Parts: sequence; C-alpha cells; structure tokens
Amino acid sequence: MSEPVVLHLDSVTKRFGSFAANDNISITLHRGEVVALLGENGAGKTTLMNILFGHYVPDEGEVYINGSKIAQGKPKEAIAAGVGMVHQHFSLAKNLTVLENVMTGTEPLLGWKSDTAKGRQKLRALEQKFGLSVDADARVGDLSVGEQQRVEILKALYNDARILILDEPTGVLTQQEAEGLFQTLRVMAQDGLSIIFISHKLNEVMKGADRVVVLRAGKVIAERATSQTSKEELAELMVGRRVERPVREASTPGAVVVRARDVVVQAGAVTRLSGISFDIRAGETLGIVGVSGNGQAALCDLVAGVVPADSGAFEIDGHPVAQLTPRDLSGMNVGRTPEDRNTQGAVGELTLWENAVLERISDPRFSRQGFLRKAPARAYCQALIERFDVRGGTPNSRISLLSGGNMQKLILGRSLVQRPVFLLAAQPTRGLDEGAIAAIHEDILAARKGGTAVLLVSEDLDEVISLSDRIMAIHAGQLSPAVDAQGVDARQLGLMMAGEWGGMR
Amino acid sequence: MTDIFDILFTVGLWSSVLRIATPLIFGTLGALLCERAGVLNLGIEGIMTFGAMIGWLAVFQGADLWVGLLVAALAGALFGLLHAGLTVTLGLSQHVTGLGITLFASSFSYYIFRIAIPAQNTPPTVEPFQPLDIPVLSDLPFVGPALFSQTAPTYLAIGIAIFLAYFLARTPMGLAVRITGENPHAAEAQGVDPIRVRYGAVMAGSALMAVGGAFLTLSAFNSFFPTMMQGRGWICIALVVFSTWKPGRAILGALLFALFDAYQLRLQNVLGQVVPYQIFLMMPYLLSILALVIMSRSARVPQALMQPYRKGER
Repeated sequence: MSEPVVLHLDSVTKRFGSFAANDNISITLHRGEVVALLGENGAGKTTLMNILFGHYVPDEGEVYINGSKIAQGKPKEAIAAGVGMVHQHFSLAKNLTVLENVMTGTEPLLGWKSDTAKGRQKLRALEQKFGLSVDADARVGDLSVGEQQRVEILKALYNDARILILDEPTGVLTQQEAEGLFQTLRVMAQDGLSIIFISHKLNEVMKGADRVVVLRAGKVIAERATSQTSKEELAELMVGRRVERPVREASTPGAVVVRARDVVVQAGAVTRLSGISFDIRAGETLGIVGVSGNGQAALCDLVAGVVPADSGAFEIDGHPVAQLTPRDLSGMNVGRTPEDRNTQGAVGELTLWENAVLERISDPRFSRQGFLRKAPARAYCQALIERFDVRGGTPNSRISLLSGGNMQKLILGRSLVQRPVFLLAAQPTRGLDEGAIAAIHEDILAARKGGTAVLLVSEDLDEVISLSDRIMAIHAGQLSPAVDAQGVDARQLGLMMAGEWGGMR
Repeated sequence: MTDIFDILFTVGLWSSVLRIATPLIFGTLGALLCERAGVLNLGIEGIMTFGAMIGWLAVFQGADLWVGLLVAALAGALFGLLHAGLTVTLGLSQHVTGLGITLFASSFSYYIFRIAIPAQNTPPTVEPFQPLDIPVLSDLPFVGPALFSQTAPTYLAIGIAIFLAYFLARTPMGLAVRITGENPHAAEAQGVDPIRVRYGAVMAGSALMAVGGAFLTLSAFNSFFPTMMQGRGWICIALVVFSTWKPGRAILGALLFALFDAYQLRLQNVLGQVVPYQIFLMMPYLLSILALVIMSRSARVPQALMQPYRKGER
C-alpha cells in the first residue's frame, strides 16, 4: 500500500503474571485504511487496544504514531497524538448533554467560560461531514444505544483523532445500526482517517474491513486482505481448527407441549403482548426473530413464569402457567436460559456450584432439613462441568470469573441435564465467539433430538434459521404466522420482522 | 388564632430566616460540591463544629473576624484532604469514613477548645459581625430591614451560591467536576484526572462547610459550645437532595427550612401553653421530610456518587 504508515506497533508484549495476553505483536496501519482485529474472546484484542490508547503499559515493545514514539500509560498522550478510542462499554456521562460529554477536557480547565457556541459549531460540522446526526443538547441517557455510540465517535473526532479504535463496536447495535456504522467508517476512511475495529464476527469483518489481522492466544496468526480471503478461512485461522456450526437433522415432532392461545400481557397501560398464539411440540424448535424491543422480553417473562398472562390461555405440559411460580416450573422440568446471563442467569458473586444448584436448592439431593449438602452439590457441578465442557473454573470458583461462553454453557447445562420437557433459550449465544456458539448449538440440537420442545428467541437470523423447525417473527407485541425454516430466506424474515406479514396465511 | 398568621408579617421573623439559613447555605453548597464530584461527605457535622470552634478561637486570640473565617476554611480544607485521602485514594466506604470524620472532628474541637479555654461558668465571647445595611435597599419598608440588613457572611453565602451555580454550569472546570461525578471513566478518557478533581472538590466543599460552622460563632452567636451544631450538618445533607444538586435550589431549601424553624420558635410563644413545645421543635424536620419527598422524586443523582474510582477498572 502506498499510503503512509500512521500507526506502528512494534513487538508489543504484555504479561499479566505469567500469562502473556499479548506476545510479540507487530501491526501497521496505513492512512485511510480500515483494519479489523479478529479473534475470539480472550485472544488479547482488548489488551492490545488498551496498550495503544495508553491505558496499559506494555512489558516490551513500542508504539509509534506517525513515526514518533509515544509515551506509554498516558491516555492524554495518545489523545494528543490523534488516537481516539470508542470503548465497548461507553465512557459517557448519562446525565450530561451530548455537547457537555464531547467538550469535557477539550478546553483549558482554568477558563472563566466554556465556549459552547464554538463547540456546538465544531460538533455540527463533524456531524454533517460524517453523517453522524445527533442532538447536541439531548441528555445522553435519553439516546438510543446507537446514538450513544455516535456520541463516542464524535467525541474522538472532536479531539481531532486521525486514528480511530473501536472495541467490538457492533456488540450492542441492531443490524440496521451496525450497517449504518460501517458506512460511516467508510466515509471516514475516504477522508483520510485510519480505523481499527475489534470483532469476532466474520460477517462484519468481511464487509467492513480492507485488511484483517487475526489474533489467537495473544499472537498474530495471520494477516489477510479481505478481498483475498473467505469467511471459512478466517474462522479456521481464528479458532485454530475447522469450526462448523452443527446442522439440524430432520425429526418428527411429538405431542404438543406448549400451547399459547390469544395471550395478552400488559404492563400498566402498555400492551406488551397482544393476543399471541403458538404451539410447540416435543422434539421441535420454534424460533422467534425480531428487532429487539418488540416484545421478546415480555414473551420470555411469560414463558419463564415471571409475568402472568392478563388474558388468554398459556399451558406448558397441560398445566396453566398462570398458577405456577418459577420454582414450580423448574420442578416440572422446564429449563430456562434467560436473555441476560449476567443479571438473570447467574449470580456473579456466587461460586459455580452454588449457581448450578440455585434453582433446585430445595431438592433433597442438595439440601436436607434446611441445611445445604455441599459435597453432592459440588459433585453435581463437577459433572455439569465435564459433560458440558465448561472451562476456566472449578466448582468453587466464582462464576463471574468465567468467560461469557463458559458461563452460558453452565447455565444451559444445568437446565439440559434434567432432560427438560421444555427449554426456553433466549439469546443463547449473544456476545459469544464462534467456538462457544458451536458448542451451545450442539447442546440445543441434542435437547431437541432428545424430545425437548424448544423455544428459541434470538436476534441472530443465521442462528434461528439453522436451529429452528418453524420460525415466527415478533413485531409490536404480535406474532406472525409461522414459516417453515427449510428454504426460508433472510429477505422474507426481514419483512416479517418489520411487521409485513399481511399477505401470509 | 390570628396571632399565628400575624407572625408571618413581622420583620423579625424574616430577618431571622436569613440568619438561620446562612450556615445551612454554606454547608449545603459544600456538601453539594463534594457530591457533584461523586463523593458523599458525611464529615460535614464534625467539620462545621470544628470550623465554628477554630474560627471563634482565632478571633478570640485577637484575629480579625475575616481572618477567623479564613482559618475555619483552611481547617475545613484539611479535613477535606483527610476525607479525600481515605475515600478517593484508598477507596474506602464514604459513609463510614464520613461518620468517622464527624466523630473525630467533633471531639477534637472540644479537646482543643478545652485546652485553650479552661472550663468557666460563663463561656467567653467575641465581638461578632455586625449587620450591614445595603444602601437604598435597606431603606425599603418591611423588605429592607427584613432582607437587606444582614451581616456580611450572609451576603457572601448568597454570592457563593450564585458563583457555584455559574461555575458548575458554565466553566470548563465545573464541567470536569460534573463529569467526574457522573462517570469518572469518561473523565479519564477525555484526559481529565478524576482523582485530582475529586480532591479539589472535597477540599473546597469542606472549606465551605467549616465557614458555615464559623458563621454560628462569629455572627449568629458570639461564643462556642461543643453541642451547638445540633444536626445542622445532617440537615445540609438532606438539603442537597432537596436541591436536586443545584446551588440555586440549595438557597431555596435552606430558606424554607429556616422559615419553618423561625416560625416554630415564635409559635412556641403564642401556643406554648396549649401544645407541648417539643411538637414545635419537631415541626421543621417533619416539614423538611415532606418537602424532600415532593421535590426529590425527579432528582438526577450524580451517577458515580459513592463509587470509588480506580484507574483501569471498570
């Protein structure tokens, strides 16, 4: 490439104890280039970016920006050298306005008056130049996640960043927002900015980047121009072996296990679900797709027994769920993996074994006369760990120490080990890497094969298409008619997700 | 019965309202500044007591009244330094540290006072601040003597409230304080050092608290006694919530509380025979709680209040 090198990481090594998170990594970035840093969770991507931005000091190696070495461990130096970072978890003050967030730290602290007029003008110019419209006086907490990300990007641009680093930028975005983001990045690159984004999603790497650097276990494994590689090759490089998502086999569903008829769920004056009906048979998976916020959460709450139906009938295995508590449901052998594993699925401060037995705490296997039986509980947890390949902890470790994928394996495992009659899998692979996704899919398919009725709620279309027998879309609290997953195309699902199912039977 | 309402139209009531409100304004502004930077400072009750003692003692030893206030401010800033050291640098619980500082500072005040002034039957006094008539305005009927014939520190309190409102809303450093209280990581990412901001805010805020205490011994009264704070610090903490962390509203809240207090004092004279006086003593607190409930439901608490900031941790 003929464009000049703007950023050069030279043999960077960072160790935490004896563990090398980054091992002798060298990367160059040219002017006007978009580079993706691809790797699984734990491959060292975020560590590397934190070194680049000055949050961490590397043990060895140097960072050069425009040919000059920058002092390490000082974000201020990095900002001054033109590096802007957009964190995965935004660094925004939600109670302050967009303009205030953007202007913080950009003026001498001892001034008598912030020049908000000038700041507003500069912000406006940047918005127009890069198509990042956002209301400068809006309170950041009132903005959507996509808009908040725009504020983060604007913040970097306002600081005259010429090199932009984005850490998992699409993790929190909807499909449409993500597409908008990559368009914006493209415009920026044409304007001469250089961009590095971190990702473990093959689709967006192929679509959004000019060049891909693949990281595995702290080392650079390969570099490829996106025009000369394929998703399959990148997946293999990233994971270190061939990964294929498991494929659903045909099966003959059994009797109806879950039955919903004209179910309405209201929250105050808001109707969250308006008259939905569906059946799920034993050994069948029903997939629900939809843009987030269209009633998925209400559906999951209903199915998990957290929220009762205001009208209509909802039965699992012949029992009306309205009269059951979540505890009754787990007694009936209904497995649930909640949407947010960190807040609803697991208690981070508790150990693996405590989390493993939490929903069956009164089971005589695990408690007797009000006292816990720790040894059997630990043994049970150990069995789960082995059977579901949970890595990174023992039964006595805190569960928050596990990676997302391993935590999810345990949560799913504790439901599946009971051979549930019904499994609710809500966003089962959100934020997980390829290897973990394959393992989770394997488990869900095995449950289906074993005769479990599965309700899969997910925003990942590929996932729903590959795991489900039938697919429904949820839109504004209503369900579309079901379509057969065999031969459905993404375009049709897209229309359904937009609520356009008028012509369907 | 008419007496009860007649009180509201006496000059004496309104001029005492401002006097009662002044230490509360100082204290509330001080606590507010700390909290806007994300640090709860429950050391306030003790810091005000210490300010009252040290300011008075300085004047008693011959210093000028203004020097007395300055000494109180410096002592307050030192306690702020201690509080910041424990809560910001070491990241200790802000509740426990603050209460510890209150207990320590209160006892320490008494200790120093007793060393300097051995026990006497009548406490020694100083010559306090005298009322300052604002030209023209103080000649207005009713309003003049009620509002514009106060001692200098009262005007100072109002002035500081206006300044603080401007500082927080309009200056780059005020913005740095606010963003640190909302999200110190955001501050750090923009090159603002949240640790230094917090130290500065806690020290300045504690200085204001101590000045509020010194107002009691150098203006409202003319002597020091160890129990004189009577929970004014805690009232300030509540007023910060009442003010929804806005300096302008802090004045309003302090005035409202002072009005209840001044009114009940006078009511005691009128109705003291009928109703036990303890009921009247209780009234301002009760009404404050009520006002708190009404005012603060929509309040936006600084999001990082009571969260220690550690670099590199999220």
